[in-house]
Amino acid sequence: MSSPIDFLLWVKGPAFDIALAVFVIGIVVRLLEIVLLGRKQDLAEPKGEEFGPGLRTIVTRTLPEAGSFKQSPFTVIGGYIWHIGFLICLLFFVPHIELLHSVLGIKWPGLSNHIVDAVAVVTMATLVAMLIDRITHSVKRFLSGPEDYLVWLAAFLPIVTGYLAYHRVLVPYPLVLGIHILSIEFLMILFPFTKLMHTFTFPLARWYNGAMAGRRGVQS
Amino acid sequence: MSKATLERGLNALREEIDAPVAAFFSSCVNCGLCAEACLFYTETGDPRYTPINKLEPLRRIWEQEFTLWGRIKKALGLAQPVTDELLQEWEPLVYDACSLCGRCSMVCPVGNDIAYMIRKEREGFVASGNAPEGMKGASTRAIKVGSPMGVKFHAVQAQIRHIEADTGLEVPVDVEGADYLALLSSMEIMNFPEYIEALARIFKQAGVSWTLCSEAFEATNAGIQIGSSDIAAELVERVVKGAEKLKVKYVISPECGHAYTAIRWEGPNLIGRRYPFKVVHILELLDELRAAGRLKTQGMDEARLTFHDPCQIVRKGGVLEPPRNLLKQVAANFVEMSDHREMNWCCGGGGGVSANERADELRLKVFARKKSQLDELNVDKLVTACANCRLMLEDGLEEYRVELPVVGLTEMLAEHLVEDSE
Repeated sequence: MSSPIDFLLWVKGPAFDIALAVFVIGIVVRLLEIVLLGRKQDLAEPKGEEFGPGLRTIVTRTLPEAGSFKQSPFTVIGGYIWHIGFLICLLFFVPHIELLHSVLGIKWPGLSNHIVDAVAVVTMATLVAMLIDRITHSVKRFLSGPEDYLVWLAAFLPIVTGYLAYHRVLVPYPLVLGIHILSIEFLMILFPFTKLMHTFTFPLARWYNGAMAGRRGVQS
Repeated sequence: MSKATLERGLNALREEIDAPVAAFFSSCVNCGLCAEACLFYTETGDPRYTPINKLEPLRRIWEQEFTLWGRIKKALGLAQPVTDELLQEWEPLVYDACSLCGRCSMVCPVGNDIAYMIRKEREGFVASGNAPEGMKGASTRAIKVGSPMGVKFHAVQAQIRHIEADTGLEVPVDVEGADYLALLSSMEIMNFPEYIEALARIFKQAGVSWTLCSEAFEATNAGIQIGSSDIAAELVERVVKGAEKLKVKYVISPECGHAYTAIRWEGPNLIGRRYPFKVVHILELLDELRAAGRLKTQGMDEARLTFHDPCQIVRKGGVLEPPRNLLKQVAANFVEMSDHREMNWCCGGGGGVSANERADELRLKVFARKKSQLDELNVDKLVTACANCRLMLEDGLEEYRVELPVVGLTEMLAEHLVEDSE
């Protein structure tokens, strides 16, 4: 790679194709690994439905249980802020929408750059605060292994590099843009191999939880 | 049973992994929120008691054998195996510090049913020989003697004779063609025979055709608590045979919560077939009788009282309204605890913890959670509907030097019964 332009072209071309393939195939494999295991037929006479309560749990678990919120407000609020912030930056930054439009053929209105810029700052600050919490909170520190820190980094890098690219902090621009895209590819490649997978498996988990409880006449 | 070995334990863990387990492990992000839902963590502050951590052995098997990436890592020597040492280290977490209460399963933001997985994980612990002596003893007694506490039917007969002498009522035994077969828990037979008396009085008044069965009186299932499906299935089979022999239409689960889980929810799956009868919890039956006007009571208990929801009949059993409907019929000053119904806190002794002497100190320590719930209310009486909860509540209250009577709901109703009301 002789120049930043070559680097950018490589990142946008072959590297992106590889990352996309790993991302899509990996996720499909992971989801198949789960659902193909199936579960045994439950022979106990049901007290309630499975399907409806399962769907309801998919929705209701988006809000925290009252006691959890009282005990761990930071985990809950921090979780909301950075997830929503990340999605706003990903889906409502005008250049991202244009890119997705060129690939998917659909588009939607974006937010002004100033708003996305502010959201990015808040998201980065929240992620840093959550990292500090993970290192200092006795339960989180105890539970955390290298993978937890790796996925934190994978979520943090796209925002930071995007921020740097937008503000033209590093020069030359093609280099910093290339690094930004590379960070996304890093995230995509890690996806099927790490707990980033929860993005796609949480509806399944919530459904099973709600369905099994629903069968017993309880809304979980 | 064949000899317990690590290999058998690993096989048992493998057999337990299904789509829900895989979805749950795939979704956990180590947020730690389940810790705050578990009284073993909240009352000790020990992060090892975080519910999801108790599943590490099962998680490793899932990752290393049920995911492509995990298999690659294992082949490259990058995986930490499940060893006897790991299982030994985890055994107290899985048995002493989990009552299978399922409260963590209600709060997990990604929806993991952690209690579902602990129940499964215990199968691997038993098969590998890593289970507490107290629970092994209870399981052996359940198989050999017929009850986890070693209670034989002549002990039931002795209680029946007392009851019949005291009340002049008949307690029917082995009556073929009765509508209902009532099951008991050993704790009721030995510690709270008032329950049997209450059944006799209530059923007499309501005109319920019922019987006990000399070959199938024990409802609790030590096999489920320790995590041995073989033992559990044999115990369920006894009840099914007894019910089939007497040709009953219904089997009544006693108040005992784990008995209800065993006979109502796990039973048919353990023996691999549907029952030819229906299973009702005693509170469900009493509530039906109440709604039909067949449970006539008089007078109201004026004491300020609250209800302790047994995890297995409420959160894990869906018997939510009956205890409240019934209490309102006889209690003038019923107040709810801060966390109640499906968010109730466990007494600390469910899931076999009460049969595991090694766990006594920890169990009494974490009872502080229940005590603080009670402190908030300033009640004069505590009502519950599970003989095990009741014993644990009495034990905990004594430990914390709290003078508070604990009563069973069925007996409380029997006390308010209108006698000779035809």
